[in-house]
Amino acid sequence: METITKTSHGRTLRTEEMVINMGPQHPSTHGVLRLELVVDGEIVIDVIPHIGYLHRCFEKHSEQMTNYQQVIPYVDRMDYVASMNSELSFAIAAEKLLKIQIPERVDYIRVIMCELQRIASHLIAIGTYGIDIGAFTPFLFCFRDRERILDLFEMTCGARLLYNYIWIGGLSHDLPQQFIPTLKEFIVDFRKNIKELNDLLSFNHIFIKRTANIGVLPADVAINYGCSGPMLRGSGVKWDLRKDEPYSVYNKFDFEVCVGKGEVGTLGDCWDRYIVRVDEMEQSLRIIEQAIQTLPEGNVQSAVPKRIRPNPGEAYARAESPRGELGFYIMSDGTGTPYRIKARSPAFVNLSIISEISRGCMIADLCAITGSVDIVLGEVDR
Amino acid sequence: MTFQEITENLKQKFGTAIVEVKETVQPDPYIIVDPNSLKEISKYLRDEEILTFDFLNCLSGLDLKGKLAVVYHISSMKHKHSFVLRVEVPTDAPTVPSIESIWKSANWHEREAFDMYGIIFSDHPDLRRILMPYDWEGHPLRKDYQVPEFYNGMKVTY
Repeated sequence: METITKTSHGRTLRTEEMVINMGPQHPSTHGVLRLELVVDGEIVIDVIPHIGYLHRCFEKHSEQMTNYQQVIPYVDRMDYVASMNSELSFAIAAEKLLKIQIPERVDYIRVIMCELQRIASHLIAIGTYGIDIGAFTPFLFCFRDRERILDLFEMTCGARLLYNYIWIGGLSHDLPQQFIPTLKEFIVDFRKNIKELNDLLSFNHIFIKRTANIGVLPADVAINYGCSGPMLRGSGVKWDLRKDEPYSVYNKFDFEVCVGKGEVGTLGDCWDRYIVRVDEMEQSLRIIEQAIQTLPEGNVQSAVPKRIRPNPGEAYARAESPRGELGFYIMSDGTGTPYRIKARSPAFVNLSIISEISRGCMIADLCAITGSVDIVLGEVDR
Repeated sequence: MTFQEITENLKQKFGTAIVEVKETVQPDPYIIVDPNSLKEISKYLRDEEILTFDFLNCLSGLDLKGKLAVVYHISSMKHKHSFVLRVEVPTDAPTVPSIESIWKSANWHEREAFDMYGIIFSDHPDLRRILMPYDWEGHPLRKDYQVPEFYNGMKVTY
């Protein structure tokens, strides 16, 4: 593509396409993602993503394990800002293969933990998205609140980031005594903080200018590309696995599926994807409140199998992680070692749409688009 | 629709292209289809009103020692049912038609299966390695894969 324009002095000006690299060490790529940009001046003509810088052979490692339980620490390291959700997905896939029933208390605690983790993950997404756009303060506010969630996790299992907490058939620890009172305090405080966040960032005029009408993703394209999570709901598709294909005990709780409505711009733009995350935090709080009210008694390790040796067979199970549909395909040949484990990571699939939605935008808008996809490179590359 | 109903529907429409029905595999039964009719079957699964499989969840390569396989997990948002397809090809001639034109999400998944298993997806628009470096030799997830001692002349220590 070659365009010829005239300068204000009447001289002709010729512009050429240029190929530049954004990343792998670029702050707005949230890790080690390299985007090869073909640009015409400031306008992006094409984006070619290059991934794999964080590839740690998760699938190959899993095939070398002597026990299914040993896979869980690896799963933690896939999506390192939402480890609880990764563990849950893997655990329900393995439990489906093993056909074990787990005590109700385990399910309730899992839901509480996963919803807390969802809030923590969304706080990172929102905070760093602010930084991408140029707002530094919301990031500090978000990390202040996330810290309290991590404290709750530390109180329960000793770890703050990579937990190995949800085991196949149970949990590594029961809730400590101080957990529920501390959690209740957190919920009361956090409700106020969401309002504060909305005033500070969501309805900030500059923020809306930067994100509304940018990176518009129509619903049918999103479905065809396999997008899920806030990415899909931002385009107005009411689809949430917690509601539409309830796993664990999600069918017992009352909550709403948040979707983008095109409030400040076009339906499916960056702002819609952002606001879905903000709204989901409120819904997570609702789920947690209901779960702690009806938390049953029981032993959290009574169903943990002594020896995990599934019959030959295969299972695919999926769960809603903060980024979308996280699925595990496990194939067993009857031994204690998994024959094949494949992780369907939502960030990997969501990222594949980036060249489709960023053609024709400005380079600065590309930062807004990558931020709104909310990728975690540990999960993209596995 | 249940697994049996979908299988019955496909059998009536495609007949011999459905190679085998693995009904006894637990907990997720699947069907094996002929690679040559894969595209046709996929298109039918997506477009037929009562099936409407609009979402490709997962596409995985598989090494079955002697043959390679590709597993397709598909589901429908409209009817809330899911289904599993599989194609099997010999390891020395692993060519499978690409379904990128039917479900766009297959693009990166197929590149990954090519990268890890060396399965060639014919008429894929951009079949390059995706997770491993572009100059990597071999396909790491194959069961007979030997971990290389050198990478670009550098000794790799473990």
